[in-house]
Amino acid sequence: MKLWSKPLTSLLKTASVLAVLALVSTASAQEAAVAAASAPATPSPIDPSSLSSLRIGLDTVWVLVAAMLVFWMNAGFALVESGLCRSKNAVNILSKNFIVFALSTISFYVIGWGLMFGDGNGFFGTSGLFFVSGADNSPALGSAYAAMNPFSTATYEGVYSAINWTPVPLWAKFFFQLVFAGTCATIVSGAVAERIKFLAFIVFSLILVAFIYPIGGHMIWGGGYLSANNFRDFAGSTVVHSAGGWAALAGIIVLGPRIGKFKDGQVNPIPGHNMTSAALGVLVLWLGWFGFNPGSTMAAMDGAAISHILVNTNMGGAFGAITATITAWIVMKKPDFSMTLNGCLAGLVAITAPCAFVSVTSGCFIGAIAGVLVVFSVLFFDKIKIDDPVGALSVHLVNGIFGTLALGFFYNNDIATSVAALPTGLTPFAQTMTQLKGVLLVAAIVLPSSLAAWYLVKGVFGGIRVSAEEETEGLDIGEHGNEAYPDFTPTHK
Amino acid sequence: MKLIIAIIKPFKLEEVKESLSSIGIEGMTVTEVKGFGRQKGHTEIYRGSEYTVDFLPKVKIEIVVTDDLVAKTVDAIVKAAKTGKIGDGKVFVLALEEAVRIRTDERGDAAV
Repeated sequence: MKLWSKPLTSLLKTASVLAVLALVSTASAQEAAVAAASAPATPSPIDPSSLSSLRIGLDTVWVLVAAMLVFWMNAGFALVESGLCRSKNAVNILSKNFIVFALSTISFYVIGWGLMFGDGNGFFGTSGLFFVSGADNSPALGSAYAAMNPFSTATYEGVYSAINWTPVPLWAKFFFQLVFAGTCATIVSGAVAERIKFLAFIVFSLILVAFIYPIGGHMIWGGGYLSANNFRDFAGSTVVHSAGGWAALAGIIVLGPRIGKFKDGQVNPIPGHNMTSAALGVLVLWLGWFGFNPGSTMAAMDGAAISHILVNTNMGGAFGAITATITAWIVMKKPDFSMTLNGCLAGLVAITAPCAFVSVTSGCFIGAIAGVLVVFSVLFFDKIKIDDPVGALSVHLVNGIFGTLALGFFYNNDIATSVAALPTGLTPFAQTMTQLKGVLLVAAIVLPSSLAAWYLVKGVFGGIRVSAEEETEGLDIGEHGNEAYPDFTPTHK
Repeated sequence: MKLIIAIIKPFKLEEVKESLSSIGIEGMTVTEVKGFGRQKGHTEIYRGSEYTVDFLPKVKIEIVVTDDLVAKTVDAIVKAAKTGKIGDGKVFVLALEEAVRIRTDERGDAAV
């Protein structure tokens, strides 16, 4: 008792002093109120800087909350991937999905952000490269965007001018973009599951987020070549999803299929071990997408724009789920639940680029087409002996490309102006051609560099695939020495 | 003493247990197993590829009884586990050499 009686006594003393002060100040405030009530009321001018702070604060809250929703998608990926793979690999898949965000944080912080958003040339940044340390006076806005925060006269001065249009502080911009980079990296983990060496995945992920992802991103969001030529991708069907898809495809090509997947010209199914996990995962991703797409406004004031984007996002997922179910029902005789799940994700990926450039009706069509596409894509990749355990290529690569093109096909210049504030003035046909050029350019950059990265890792570490014995026994034991579902509790002497 | 092994359909477990209870058998060990006899498996489809699942879920019950109770026990199991449809399962009777109750060190029939 004696030990804390001293601080307790001083606390009581301080409290009583404060109480007296409060009493005194309330008394004088009441006097002032009486005085004011008797004088004619003149409204005191509102300080613009406080309105500016309010604006910036509101935008920052929106950006950070949306970013947290996108971060939460890592949980969704972990649940989906581990659910659709075998239990003997569960720990390994969870480890990959968990650590990949930490790795992305490192790569993006060290150099990724700088390459992607630093002022530079048409393909990558050359200023403010390392540790997000370039000169920057965010939340000051670029002069073209002063109308976004009319309460502030500060203009942007710094080296991250490609992203000077959003009235939030630099770290908010960084964190929001980081969670997108993390999403790209985690796409790869599903495609290479059940046979990749843990270390190989770690090293490749570091390379992907440090160099490959930012270059694609710089061309499209970092003020680079594609954005300067009317290519549009609102929230990342190309930047995030097809880039991740190309990297995943490269990994699958270098790795090869799982043992027993293709035998004597037959495709053998390898069912997942937990459909509950997979289902919950897709729901988590669906929710996370409500941060992914609407959050890409990176500003809170235009509620109509945010709402349009969010509803479009939902339409993509909902219609994708439905048409995928119907397609699977017809083509595969029964509504395979994993196809329903993939269909929902496909729709969400497909709407990611066009959500702010197309009408909600178009969004329904885009989601619907994506759902059909993903089913046939899964069958296609199996047919050409590309083993994709969770359908990552069908969801992210194929529908990332489709969504990017759909932006052109369903392009609406009025909506591009009012919702995205990024109109091009092109006809849908011309926009589609522009989108196609972008798809091809990104493919030409991301696929070869990913292949090079995988081969580099393979060369340096003597292989990226586990041994046949380890693959058969399960990567949980081989890579981690853990079991996901131990049968017998360990005994101790 | 005899060891009786019964492979039955999983949903029949409760019925078999009660049937055995009613003739005075109170102890048993139960395992979830997979197997097949003449009952064919079924075809499943996963992401576009068909495959047959031959092994079907069953439940294995192991009971040890004294010789005088063998016939009653087997009858009780068969009656409770029967559905008349293929896949009902089988009962095996094995001669048992020794049994020990761990708590009291009793051996032989006294341990059963």
